[in-house]
Amino acid sequence: MAPDAPNGSDSPSSVALDVRGLSKHFDKPALDGLDLTVRAGEFYALLGPNGAGKTTTLRIVAGLLRPDAGSVSVFGTDALADPVAAKRVIAWVPDEPPIYEKLTPYEYLEFVAGLWGVDAAHAERRAHELVERLGLGPNAHERCQGFSKGMRQKVALAGALVHDPRLLILDEPLTGLDAAAARQAKDVLVERVRDGVTVIMTTHILEVAERMAERIGVIDRGRLIAEGTLDELRRQLGHDGTSLEEVFLDLVARQSAAA
Amino acid sequence: MTLAVTQSATLGWFARHELRLFWRDFISMLTAGKRRLEGVLLLVAFAFAVGAHLFAAWLLGPYANTGIVLDKATLLMVTTSLLLFVTMMVSQAMESVTRAFYARADLDLILSSPASSRRLFAVRMAAIALAATLLTAVLAAPLLDVLAYYDGPRWLAGYGVIAAMGALSTAGALLLTVALFRTVGPKRTRMVSQIVSAVIGAAFVIGIQAAAILSTGSLSRITLLRSEAVVAAAPDPSSPIWWPAWAATGDVASLVVLLAIGFGALALVIAGTAGRFGAYVVAAAGVDFRNAAVHRGSAAFRPLAVKRALRRKEWMLIRRDPWLMSQTLMQILYLLPPALLLWRNFGDGVNALLILVPVLVMASGQLAGGLAWLAVSGEDAPDLMAAAPVPARTIIVAKIEAVLGAVALIALPLLAALAFASPRLALVGALGIAVSAGSATMVQIWFRGQAKRSNFRRRQTSSRVATLAEALSSILWAGTAALVAGGTWLALGPALFALLTLGGVWIIRPRREG
Repeated sequence: MAPDAPNGSDSPSSVALDVRGLSKHFDKPALDGLDLTVRAGEFYALLGPNGAGKTTTLRIVAGLLRPDAGSVSVFGTDALADPVAAKRVIAWVPDEPPIYEKLTPYEYLEFVAGLWGVDAAHAERRAHELVERLGLGPNAHERCQGFSKGMRQKVALAGALVHDPRLLILDEPLTGLDAAAARQAKDVLVERVRDGVTVIMTTHILEVAERMAERIGVIDRGRLIAEGTLDELRRQLGHDGTSLEEVFLDLVARQSAAA
Repeated sequence: MTLAVTQSATLGWFARHELRLFWRDFISMLTAGKRRLEGVLLLVAFAFAVGAHLFAAWLLGPYANTGIVLDKATLLMVTTSLLLFVTMMVSQAMESVTRAFYARADLDLILSSPASSRRLFAVRMAAIALAATLLTAVLAAPLLDVLAYYDGPRWLAGYGVIAAMGALSTAGALLLTVALFRTVGPKRTRMVSQIVSAVIGAAFVIGIQAAAILSTGSLSRITLLRSEAVVAAAPDPSSPIWWPAWAATGDVASLVVLLAIGFGALALVIAGTAGRFGAYVVAAAGVDFRNAAVHRGSAAFRPLAVKRALRRKEWMLIRRDPWLMSQTLMQILYLLPPALLLWRNFGDGVNALLILVPVLVMASGQLAGGLAWLAVSGEDAPDLMAAAPVPARTIIVAKIEAVLGAVALIALPLLAALAFASPRLALVGALGIAVSAGSATMVQIWFRGQAKRSNFRRRQTSSRVATLAEALSSILWAGTAALVAGGTWLALGPALFALLTLGGVWIIRPRREG
């Protein structure tokens, strides 16, 4: 079993994720020598236009895809050489919730806990907490078939958190959620970051990134084109007091013009 | 600027729309969406038609060549064959009607448009009748054509009887499904209807085999239908019960009556139910399946090792899949006649029991192939599996264990019963089941892809090689088991072919990353 549950022991400077020279080619290049560093315990938003390589990056980090070249280190573990060790501390939530229609949320959480080898009593306590925290209580013993997108996403989020990951990777987790469900999910994520969990999230909802992320990375054509806090990004572009949306659009427009 | 509004969606317009969708769907299903395979498909269809006709000629030629006398025995045989087709058509139509109730597809678009949903559903019901009729006509074509060739074109009237039966069967299936919908409600109709259609599809075959076993001690329907007692008990040839048989053999008056009854019944049922079909579909869409599927799980989480968690998950999903359950139920139902044979022959010597061994081996291979597809290719959360800190090999091994465990659960009671009569046959059966189920599972693992679990019905489209190899290995292992049970070294032949088949598909299996 991996280095233990989330904790605040990682110093702010320690690195949760270190990606170097990551390349992946499908029909055309998806990633082109991407470098990315995420510090332990921070909330990192990865932004980019459609097809920029965000999901490819996250799928490689989560061990769902092999890169053509480059390295991925998760809390010091080489994720390409020892993917099982890296996966022990990672949780992955894609935009399409990976749940089973015929299982109840509790059964799903029990199954996920089994996959990650979590002690049953501990997993059960965590499952109860998460189910209540995410407002799934009334439906906890109903099969997931017929659940709304928001409920399915909350079940998937609970599954990601039930094994106490140190690195939580979320690909568009708030897409399709109503305001109340989005608020619950965001609150849970903020709490986890407070507890020392590192969160990497892609989103097209820029207000969410603006409010929640400590640092923001902008990726385009498979490369990181800008990175920093919102203020740092504004300074880089000579904007002052403008929204992330304007900063982002300006960055992407400049990149397109330069290409 | 306004768009010119042309005529609203007429019956003909809907029919063209449905026909186009049906045709593209059908071709896509056969070619797995690869248009370049359409030419190959034509060749395969032609070769299959020729092969089926040659087989029918070999089967019926000696009987038909001497001229067929329409006595009670022949009428009984024709009527029984027609009844077989009818149960098949009712079963297929029920499944199609149920799918029409619950599949959303384009219904949201159409029901939200100003077009008449009554016309749409009238066309869809007619399409269900057409599909049921066409499938049966394709299956019956070799028999009818060969009979027409040897005994005269009067047998071509059989196609008319099939059309009438197709219309009548669809009308019956529609009424039955609507009745289910109104009695058990939209929440349960889907599952109940799938089970009822499976039972209807199997009941007649099983019933007649059971009757054959009990009266003649064999599985042969022909032996039963030609037995003196049954022929003597059958009604006189002038009885209206033989009208379908007379019609099938070229009696024009009977054919006209049958066509009028069949299409009249379908028209009446469509007219009576099409208007309400939209309401049924809306009711089905509004069903809160969460309430229907409330499951009080165990209060406490169980400590589960990874493999055990995976096996448990697979078994739970299999158990909770109504369509799969109905299919498995049907496979078990088909095992009933051999079980009856076992019971009847118990103590009478083991020779008659030999037939059980290949039946069990074949059924187990097919069952394992289906379950393996569900567990491996039909995994609903592949990302979760890939992201878990579990080696891929462990996951695959656990899934194999889950599949073989499920097959063993079904096969063991039958093997135990067989062991009472003949421990040697039980041992041969057990080994055959293990090898056949293992082979089918491995084929599905070699050719695994990612598909929706709900696509189980069309799993053959993802890999025809896998489907063929799975069926072939099951047949060959069944043959091997039969010959081993018979105590002959000839068993080495099919075993060798089975191994060659498996070796061949292993060589051409898709290579995977990592």
